Amino acid sequence: MDLKNYKTPPRVYDEMLTGGNRARPGLMPLVSYLRQMKDANMAERSRKAELAIRTMGITFTVYSEGENIDREWPFDIIPRVIHEAEWRTIEKGLSQRLTALNLFITDIYNDEKIIKDKVVPRELLRSSKDFRPECRGMKPLFNTWAHVCGSDLVRGGDGTIYVLEDNLRVPSGVSYMLENRKISKQVLPELFEQHDILPVDDYPTQLFDTLSSISPRPGDYPEIVVLTPGIYNSAYFEHAYLAQRMGAELVEGSDLVVAEDDCVYMKTVEGLSRVDVIYRRIDDLYLDPEVFNKASTLGVPGLMRAWQKGNVALANAPGAGVADDKVVYTYVPDMIRYYLNEDPILPNVPSYMCSDPKHQKHVIQNLENLVVKPANESGGYGMYIGPTETKRRTAEMKRLIKSNPRNYIAQPIIDLSTVPTLCEGTIQARHVDLRPFILSGSKSYITAGGLTRVALVKDSLIVNSSQGGGSKDTWILATPEKN
Amino acid sequence: MLSRVAEKMYWFGRYIERAENTARIINVNTSLIMDLPRVKHIWNSLIEITGCEVEFQNRFTVIDERNVIKFLLLDDFHSIRSAVSNARENARTTREIMPTEAWEKTNELHLYIKNSGEKGLTRAGRHEFLSEIINRCNQLTGLLAGSMSDNFGYNFIKLGRNLERADMTTRITDVGCLNLLDDTRVELQNYDNILWMNVLRSLTGYQMYRQNVQDRVRGEDVVNFLLKNRQFPRAVAHCLSEALNCSELLPHHDQTLRTIGQAIRTVDTDVISLLKESKLHDYIDEIQLELAAIHNSIATSWFGHQISEDLLEKIE
Repeated sequence: MDLKNYKTPPRVYDEMLTGGNRARPGLMPLVSYLRQMKDANMAERSRKAELAIRTMGITFTVYSEGENIDREWPFDIIPRVIHEAEWRTIEKGLSQRLTALNLFITDIYNDEKIIKDKVVPRELLRSSKDFRPECRGMKPLFNTWAHVCGSDLVRGGDGTIYVLEDNLRVPSGVSYMLENRKISKQVLPELFEQHDILPVDDYPTQLFDTLSSISPRPGDYPEIVVLTPGIYNSAYFEHAYLAQRMGAELVEGSDLVVAEDDCVYMKTVEGLSRVDVIYRRIDDLYLDPEVFNKASTLGVPGLMRAWQKGNVALANAPGAGVADDKVVYTYVPDMIRYYLNEDPILPNVPSYMCSDPKHQKHVIQNLENLVVKPANESGGYGMYIGPTETKRRTAEMKRLIKSNPRNYIAQPIIDLSTVPTLCEGTIQARHVDLRPFILSGSKSYITAGGLTRVALVKDSLIVNSSQGGGSKDTWILATPEKN
Repeated sequence: MLSRVAEKMYWFGRYIERAENTARIINVNTSLIMDLPRVKHIWNSLIEITGCEVEFQNRFTVIDERNVIKFLLLDDFHSIRSAVSNARENARTTREIMPTEAWEKTNELHLYIKNSGEKGLTRAGRHEFLSEIINRCNQLTGLLAGSMSDNFGYNFIKLGRNLERADMTTRITDVGCLNLLDDTRVELQNYDNILWMNVLRSLTGYQMYRQNVQDRVRGEDVVNFLLKNRQFPRAVAHCLSEALNCSELLPHHDQTLRTIGQAIRTVDTDVISLLKESKLHDYIDEIQLELAAIHNSIATSWFGHQISEDLLEKIE
């Protein structure tokens, strides 16, 4: 493959090649492998990967025009590489962050120390869509609320890794990380001989152990279930995948019942069977129609009661989403200093809070150069990207910010780093982000790497699969031991 | 195993069997009409077999070949297309229980009907289309037999298959008898032999019948064979004993075993005397009610359904 015409966009950090299209340190073997590979061979391997995805049935679901379509997962075969030394620092930063976030959630549902000490304003929580008064006084085992977290990382123009957001509600994507590795082993086997790549496939076991550790009935075989909203959910493939890999039952709300003893049971052909841990992949508000959305048929009546009495563990715990809020996000570095008395290892993307009049003024004046995000949305919905928007949309955004400043934060545009990507037969630079998954229970675990999402459209910064994004295998390259 | 999943497996078994049976009946009757071109109401009896007379009348005014075939191949009620698409929905959500290949085959079958369904509407393309469906259904049944553990899931599939089979055999026998015994259908009585052969062929039973009954094709013998034979896989007695075996392997089976046992006793009744007294239709109705009772027992024992009051009355 020809890399002579490879062009990294200005002010952007390319993770494989430097300005003169020379390999970055440690990546020489990979780059020369790509250079030596014939175009036809590369195309053949890419086709093989597509075929594998189709046969393995790796899909995500898009609901459109009243019909449910399982789309094949778009995958780019050129891997994205991060060195182990750098990764260890990122891991420490993520672990530090999750410790602080879990302490924060426990604190705000109990003693409210961080509010009393005026580090975080009370107003912020009162206006958060994801603050659940029903959780007041709750102290889940190990004080862990976010058992599974997916934090999105991006690399700026100078190579710095920033945390873009933390997903503490029902983060998805981990199954694609696992499948991506499986496919790259199939289509690029030689590279796995030449490189020492940290494995990722123990995630389902680690998830099982994390969930076991929070069982309210200590024992060898807790009954763990994965609660899915059903086949129409875009992540249904993942729910089924994880349940199968963990040997857990995949249940829907209607399979569960809370009996008079306030314990949760699932309906089986052998009768009712007690459930200890629910890895729930439905949002708080649909969990229990007795407490939240009365019309919800996805949840289980009485589930909150069972959880509050400590008869069942929910992962993630209800109310954990409060720390997922984009405005709360801006306080995470302060939380780390407050609870842990440490400096944050991973920086946040600098953010302007529109609720602060000074910040708001700056945001309104510079809207065309900023990204604006609603506080509680995920999946890239409702996002405003200054340079690409119409005048009308900009005017509308100004009005929205002024009418509900609490709901918006603004950030300078981070030019996400690029990685060489196969596009229509040639190798071109495409922007990427990274979502590692952090498990917290009796101990914590971080995936070696995570899910790299890539914007397949030229110059696009939007990596979401629902909006033209694809993915890559992510390699944490072991640092050779020094003799 | 979750009750919801068990129920899906059971219906998967039923729907695949239904698709295959429907394809067989249409195939055999299309061939029959060529032997008996003047007998128009053969098409009528196909709708009677499915028990969807009302739905058919709501959709079409004329009962003719075109409309009946359209109804049975591609419509929304008792058609091959709807049976396969229901089977597919059930398989889709139990993909982790069934062998992956079974899901793939079901999906392919669904796509085949979607793409080639029109072909079956014409006499020229029908045989090929229906044979393909029968083949694919058989392939699925064989695939499951060869690759799925004999666990709860597989037993629910088999349970569904055998109940559907028994149900279809009673329906085809019933309509066959009506044709022969109804005085208003005098025109058919001269074709006695051909019609009973046709009933047997609809159930792939002609060859096995000839081996079993080495005599000319006679009504009593055919009815006896289709209801009481213990070896022929589509005979009601055989289906019931298969259902009994499946149920024995499942937990909390007492009620279902009792209900199946009762149905087996009913099937054992002396058929010849009934034929002479023209009470065969009532007798088959009785078997059908027993089959409904078995279905209800399955639904309450394993799927967590509440039995409905009026059904209880009907059964008692």
